[in-house]
Amino acid sequence: METLFAVLVGVLFGGATYLLLSRKLVRILLGIAILGNAVNLLIFTAGRLTRDVPPIIPVNSYLPVEATANPLPQALVLTAIVISFSFLTFFLVLGYRAYQELGTDDILEMRVAEPKEHHEPPLGY
Amino acid sequence: MAATKTAIDLSAAMVTQAVPLADWLLVAPILLTMAGGALTIILRKKSAAQPWIAISVISLVLLSNIALLNHVLSNGVVTMVMGSWLPPFGIAFTADALGALLALTASVATLCVAIFAMNSIAANERRYGFYPFLLMLLCGVTGSFLTGDIFNLYVWFEVLLISSFGLQVLGNEKTQIDGAVKYAVLNLIATTLFLAATGLLYGLVGTLNMADIATKVKAFDNSGPVLGLATLYFLAFGMKAAAFPVNFWLPASYHTPRLVVTAIFAGLLTKVGVYALLRVMILLMPEGRDWLASLIGVVAIATMLTGAFGALAQTDIRRTMAYLVIAGIGAMLSGIAVGNQVAISGTIFYSMHSVLIMTALYLLVAFMYQMSGTFSLREIGGLYIRTPLGAGIALILLLAVAGLPPFSGFWAKLLLVAGALEADRGWVAFGILASGLLTTIAVGRIWIFAFWRGGNENTVDGIQALPIAGSADASDVSASIWLPLIVLTALIVVIGVLPEGVMSISEYGAKTLIDPTVYIGSVFGGAQ
Repeated sequence: METLFAVLVGVLFGGATYLLLSRKLVRILLGIAILGNAVNLLIFTAGRLTRDVPPIIPVNSYLPVEATANPLPQALVLTAIVISFSFLTFFLVLGYRAYQELGTDDILEMRVAEPKEHHEPPLGY
Repeated sequence: MAATKTAIDLSAAMVTQAVPLADWLLVAPILLTMAGGALTIILRKKSAAQPWIAISVISLVLLSNIALLNHVLSNGVVTMVMGSWLPPFGIAFTADALGALLALTASVATLCVAIFAMNSIAANERRYGFYPFLLMLLCGVTGSFLTGDIFNLYVWFEVLLISSFGLQVLGNEKTQIDGAVKYAVLNLIATTLFLAATGLLYGLVGTLNMADIATKVKAFDNSGPVLGLATLYFLAFGMKAAAFPVNFWLPASYHTPRLVVTAIFAGLLTKVGVYALLRVMILLMPEGRDWLASLIGVVAIATMLTGAFGALAQTDIRRTMAYLVIAGIGAMLSGIAVGNQVAISGTIFYSMHSVLIMTALYLLVAFMYQMSGTFSLREIGGLYIRTPLGAGIALILLLAVAGLPPFSGFWAKLLLVAGALEADRGWVAFGILASGLLTTIAVGRIWIFAFWRGGNENTVDGIQALPIAGSADASDVSASIWLPLIVLTALIVVIGVLPEGVMSISEYGAKTLIDPTVYIGSVFGGAQ
C-alpha cells in the first residue's frame, strides 16, 4: 500500500515540476496546486497507512487495544490543506490581476519591474 | 463515572503544576501581535489611530522580548508547552539565547519601521491594512524564532509569508504585481519543499518536537535518509534565505513595494531562513551539516560574491541594497559551513547585525529619495550640503554594512573569519574578506556620488547643482523619519563600540546549538 502511494506521490511531484517549469502563469499555478497535494499525500503516507482501525480508545481502557491508524498525519495534512488552499486563492487573484495589469500571462514578458534600459553605474567621479 | 475520572493519573501526560509567570513571556509576543493585528483590522477605517495602536503594541512586544532575553540569560533555555501536554505530545515553545536575541532584534526593527511608516504610508494604504500586516509579520517572525516544534515552524513561516504578500502588493502598482508574482511563487515553493522535508522527517523519526528529533536522529544507525533530508532542508531554507543559486527572486522583487515594507522584508525575512538553517543543520542534524559542509561553503562564497558584484553593477540604489542583503546572507552561511563554536556565534552576531543594518539602510534609501527625488546613482547628488546629519548617518550605515570597524558588522565578520581560520578553512575566510572589500567599494561609491558630489553626473567639481524639482528640504523631514534612523544608527555604533554583551549572548547561543543537552533537558527535564 505504501509503495503504491509513494509511486503516486512521485508522479504528482513530477507533474508539478513539469508545470512549474512552464512559461505560462496559469500552468505554474496549476503546478503549485498539484505540488501542495503531492506533499499532503506524502505526509499522509509517511505516517504509515493503517486501514479499518480508527484511532478510538474503547470505553474503560486507557490505551487502544490494537495498532490503530495514526491520527497525527491527518491533523498535519488538514493544517497543510487549509494553508495551501488559502495560498492558492491568493495566487489565483494575483495571477488574474497580473494578467489584467500587465496584459500577458507569459512570464518571460513580465519584466515591468526590471530596469528599463541598461544604464551602467557611473564609473568615475 | 466521576470515580473513573479521578482515577486517571494525569501527571504522566500533562504538566500538573501551574506554569511559572515568567514562562508566559514565551507566548506574550505572539498573543500581543495577534491581538494588535485583530484590533487594527477592526479599526481599519480609523487610519489616524492605526499607527499609535501598532506602535504601542510593538513597544509592549519589545519590552516582553527584553524580559524574555533576560530570563533566558539568567535561567538557561526556557520551555512552555501548549495545553499543558508533556512534550513531545504538546507543541513546545522553546527559547534559547539565539531565538530570544533574534526575536528582540526583530521587534526593534519592526518598531522603527512602524514609526517611519507614520509619514511615508498614505492613509488609503493604511486602510488596505499596512499595520495589521506588519503586526502579523512580526507575529510570524517571532513565532518562528521561539517555537520548538518543526511543524509549528512551518505554520509560522506561512503566517509571515501571507502577511508579506499583503505588504508586497500594497499600492497595487504594475511593478508591484510583477514583483509579487516572482516573490510569491518562489517563496511558496520553498515552504512547500520545507513541508515535504518535514513530512519525510516525521516518517523517519516519528516526532516533530525539535529536542526529540535531535535525540532520535543521533541514535539513528543508517545515515543515508538523514543526509538526504539535510540536503532537502538546505535547498528549502536556502531558497528562503536567498542563497546562490536560488536567490534571483530577491533583486527582482525587493525594489517594488513601498520602501518601508522593503526595509522590514530585508531586515527580517531572509534572516528567518538563516535561523531555520541554524536550527536544522546544527541542532537537529549535525551529521548532515558535516556531510554538506563543503557544499555550504561553496554556496556561501558564491552568494557573497554574487551579492558584492551585483551591488557594484547596479545603478538603482534600491537594487544595490537588495544585493547587499544577499552578500550578508553569504557571510551568515559561511559560519554554518565552518560549523565550530566561534563561527556559529559569528553567524548569530551577523544575523542580529543584519536585521538592524538592512532595515536602517532601506530607511536611509527612502530618506535619500525624499531628499533627492531619484534612485539613480547617475542623477543623485549634492546631499551633503543639504543634510549634513543625513550624510553622517549614511556614512556610518554604509561603512557598517561593509563590516568596517568600529561598527557592529566588524565584530561579526571578525568572529566568522577567526572561526574559519581555526577550522583550517582559509578559503572561506578569504571569501568573506574579498566580499567585504568589494562591498566597501560599492557602498563607498554610493556615499561619494550621492553626498559628496555637487549634483548629477555632469556636475563639475566644486559646483553645487540645484536640487531636482519636488525633492524635500532637510527642514521638511519630520521627526518620525529622523527618529528610527538615528535610533538604528546609534544601536549599530553602540554594539560596535561595546560588543561584549552581544558577543557573549551569541557565544551562549552557539554553545546551546552545538551541544543540545541543555536544550533537550529544558524540554524534557524541566516539564517533568
